[in-house]
Amino acid sequence: MRIPCPLCGSRDRREFYYYGSEDYLKRPSDQGSIDDLDNQLFLRDNPAGVTRDVWYHEAGCGAWMVVTRNTVSHEVLGSELVAKKKGA
Amino acid sequence: MPELIAKTALAGKKLVVAGTTLAEIDHGAVRSIAPYPGQELAVGQALLPLGFGFPAVNSFAEKDGALIAWAGREQAFLIGADCPDLGGLAAVTDQSGGWVSLSLQGPLAVEALARYVPMDMRLAAFPVGAAARTPLYHMSMVLMRVAEDGFRLMLFRSMARTAWHEIEVALKTLAARAA
Ligand SMILES: [Zn+2]
Repeated sequence: MRIPCPLCGSRDRREFYYYGSEDYLKRPSDQGSIDDLDNQLFLRDNPAGVTRDVWYHEAGCGAWMVVTRNTVSHEVLGSELVAKKKGA
Repeated sequence: MPELIAKTALAGKKLVVAGTTLAEIDHGAVRSIAPYPGQELAVGQALLPLGFGFPAVNSFAEKDGALIAWAGREQAFLIGADCPDLGGLAAVTDQSGGWVSLSLQGPLAVEALARYVPMDMRLAAFPVGAAARTPLYHMSMVLMRVAEDGFRLMLFRSMARTAWHEIEVALKTLAARAA
């Protein structure tokens, strides 16, 4: 499996650390309900198809990124830097 | 005050296997330059008297013995030169003692690295002038291609002898197989 790092280019999966769902980047407001927090921390969708996860280029450039991939076809569709995302 | 003598990690070690040379480079000063948000252009301007700017992603530049290499997201290493004043523009840290620099040059260089580096080492994918953050075995590394068959490697100083051992084994194995 190869993952496209937005900086380094296409690299071996062994260079990356898997963090988890993109949901981790969507922190609910401090004013929100306890259910929002519970949802953000613990409740995950399990899609058959396109999914977005947070990965870390641990043995490479040290960038955090969101990788879009398809859990059915195993196709890796793209990646973007977390640092470039608005509000992240 | 006593004058302290800086020693490199491998005391200038050198090895030649079937025409391929592995040697330690005394890199002198290493400064990590991490521009503050939005200051990359200004940092590049401040570096210009050295003969280069802030390096593009996956590249390095050399001028009169000084070298600057991309070393990660919004980070570069300035090697073998005094760092200009970057106050207010970038976080600058002295990492001279934290790294070992090796040169690997010769017909076995690409094949030896290919045993440990999970990256496409072909010239088209990793040309002369390119730099990469990629591991050597499990060791963090800054890899620079200085020639078609020549590389400059930077590894953590604490792993200098392990890195040397691994590359030596690869070179000797490749030479033995060809013999
Ligand atoms: Zn990367």
